[in-house]
Amino acid sequence: MKALRNSLSNLLKYPSAVVGLLVILGLVFIAVYAVVTIPYGEAIRMWRGGEDVWYQNPKFAAPAWINLFSSKKYAESFSVKTQDGSIPREVTPGAEGTSTMDATYAFTFNSDYLPQDLILYISSSYEQKQPFISAEWLTPDGRTIRIANLAVSQKQTYRFAQDEKLKTKLRTDNVISSLFTDPETGRIVKGEYQLLLSGVTFEPESNMDVEFVFHGQVFGLAGTDQQRRDLMVPLLWGTPVALAFGLLAALGTSVLTMVIAAVGTWYGGWVDQLIQRITEVNIVLPFLSILIMIGTFYSRSIWVILSATILLSIFTGSIIAYRSTFMQVKESMYIEAAKAYGASGPRIVFLYLIPRMIPLLIPGLVSSVPAFVFLEASLAVLGLGDPVLPTWGKIIQDANANGALYRGYYYWILEPATLLMITGLGFAMLGFALDRVFNPKLRDI
Amino acid sequence: MAVVTGTPTGNVEAKKRAGNSAVLRVARFTITRILTLAITVTISVYLTIMIANMGGYVDTIMRGEIRDRVTQTIANSPSARQMDPEVRAKLIRDTIASEEERVGLNVPIAVRNFRYLSNALTLQLGRAHNMTSDSGSKTVRLILLERLPPTLLLMGTSQLFLFFSSVLLALNLSRRYGSFWDKLVVAFSPTSAVPPWFYGIFLILIFAAVFKILPFGGMVDSPPPSNPVDYGLSLLKHMLLPAASLVISSFFLSIYNYRTFFLIYSSEDYVEMAKAKGLPSRDVERRYILRPTLPNIITNFALLIISLWTGATITETVFLWPGLGRTLFQAIGLYDIPVIVGSTIIYAYLLALTVFMLDFVYALVDPRVKVGGK
Repeated sequence: MKALRNSLSNLLKYPSAVVGLLVILGLVFIAVYAVVTIPYGEAIRMWRGGEDVWYQNPKFAAPAWINLFSSKKYAESFSVKTQDGSIPREVTPGAEGTSTMDATYAFTFNSDYLPQDLILYISSSYEQKQPFISAEWLTPDGRTIRIANLAVSQKQTYRFAQDEKLKTKLRTDNVISSLFTDPETGRIVKGEYQLLLSGVTFEPESNMDVEFVFHGQVFGLAGTDQQRRDLMVPLLWGTPVALAFGLLAALGTSVLTMVIAAVGTWYGGWVDQLIQRITEVNIVLPFLSILIMIGTFYSRSIWVILSATILLSIFTGSIIAYRSTFMQVKESMYIEAAKAYGASGPRIVFLYLIPRMIPLLIPGLVSSVPAFVFLEASLAVLGLGDPVLPTWGKIIQDANANGALYRGYYYWILEPATLLMITGLGFAMLGFALDRVFNPKLRDI
Repeated sequence: MAVVTGTPTGNVEAKKRAGNSAVLRVARFTITRILTLAITVTISVYLTIMIANMGGYVDTIMRGEIRDRVTQTIANSPSARQMDPEVRAKLIRDTIASEEERVGLNVPIAVRNFRYLSNALTLQLGRAHNMTSDSGSKTVRLILLERLPPTLLLMGTSQLFLFFSSVLLALNLSRRYGSFWDKLVVAFSPTSAVPPWFYGIFLILIFAAVFKILPFGGMVDSPPPSNPVDYGLSLLKHMLLPAASLVISSFFLSIYNYRTFFLIYSSEDYVEMAKAKGLPSRDVERRYILRPTLPNIITNFALLIISLWTGATITETVFLWPGLGRTLFQAIGLYDIPVIVGSTIIYAYLLALTVFMLDFVYALVDPRVKVGGK
């Protein structure tokens, strides 16, 4: 116990250890936060949901905070609807069961770029006669543009940019541009815009709801991808996945390597020979190719890949290193004493040999975490990521496949890459410091 | 000359006996080593073949693909359209059968595995199932040979640069222990936890996307310049980013490792002794520090040479570099077992050969080591 406290206080003398520990604690906090706020099922639904889940988001939207760094401002996305009152509406009953609905939504537009699209999602209930809705657009400079007159079916989507009638009326191909620019100067008009909606229902039970979705240029804290998914979900959920994969692989590999090396050295004979032969064969096997083959042919599940990684990483150079150290430890006096009082083989292996090597195990374990975290990301970048889980590597793969760098969507790669980098560096820094604390040979160097 | 014992004839005999036993020892060692290495290589290659076959499941995939492809081709060909439905069905069946025979699907999987194994071990790499080289050949040897120069160029340049620069810098640093540069290298060594393709993405972002001064990927401009000088320049321009990312990713850790290694050796008593004698520091470095560390440096160098062969799969994929690593990845995606096995067997042979040679090289550079001695 005292030794442990000693090494801990020794450890905290290294600034890199403090930074590394803080980074790891931060990551653990994010991981716990992600798992608690977005439960597993919900995360999967949001990641694989498609258009139904993410229709309110624009495609390829950068995170909203880039406005802080840019002199020209991008429009933020929003969506409002009559159902929850974010579009205030008044319903006045008329004669013979008809009723009229008036709703006005006013918003301020101060961006230097046009939004991607404006969409109305209209839903209604009726027996026979379809309700009717008309929309008008009021610009800050006082123009009024009639947008559409529609008979509404039960679920209807109206996209401003794709309405051919509106294109003809405005004599333009780009509806969004002519809605937001001054027709004479061609400049974007900033100020308060209004969307006027007026609807009529023709049956007493009939009613109508409208959702107005504004697809801007930026979205949320993390932005969105090609499928309108909020990148916050994979960024948050990638943390527990990366940590779990890295830690489990590192722990499994180093503990199993050590136990097998200890058993081999203690019992010697054919056990030791077998372990050495397996190691020789395994060193010849191409590690990454075999993982790629397993991913392509068998299963891309993260658990299969994790087990294969551990199995292939046990019998490598480190088992040889452990073996040579165990050979020395085996000859020590305390082992001799244990043998003399009749301790059994397993007892000597697990209570005498292995505990002696724990100081060597810990730095190696921590330092090997980044390699495994990046291995998972590398496989995902090659298209062999887990098919279900949202991970950082998957974001990079999506971004690469969609030419993010070429098309200038830098945020898309930078966000997961930064997180990966921080994780890798955090563990590597702590591992380096641990190596110096536990490895007295290095302490002075 | 210092010790002369016994009669001259006795001395010669003793020498002869010693020489004989040395030859015997070396021969026995060589034979056992070659045998164990051969067994190791055989088992590894067989395992690779088993995994690449996926216990026979790949056969099902390939059968399906052949059926699809043949049916499509025949259904689309104008001459087949005028045929009798029965004649056409027979044509499809026959084509599928001959196609399956070409790929070898008519032979049981266990037999095929051993055939793959014996062909691989005798380096008859055979023909690829789906891949073709750029010149249109399906011969695995040609496919691999065509991809070898780009990989050797990229990996060779970056790894050799990395090796020599880090050994030299480390020697230099080990003399200036505790200086600013030394601390800098120690502080930066965790950066090597990040793999090269990752730095590659950042480099592409900075130099290709933002500054637009270097290409995103590929090996030469398209169309390739006809003038050899322009071709070389274009190649250099395309190679800069992948080579840089390969170097950056291992640079600091490599220097750090060599430096620590040299430092451990430079605190030996005989080094202190040499310094006390007043030998110039160059001599101390060369003869007292570098010399005993030579076996380790040679091992590293040999492993580096082997790593040239495998290429860097992900870095090559990220930079669209037409090398062996990317070819292997493509081969796996196309279930092209001959290419996978071909690439593995050459790696296995190279590794075995290097391990075998190293034992002798150690004996050459380190007088304490005897070949086959305990």
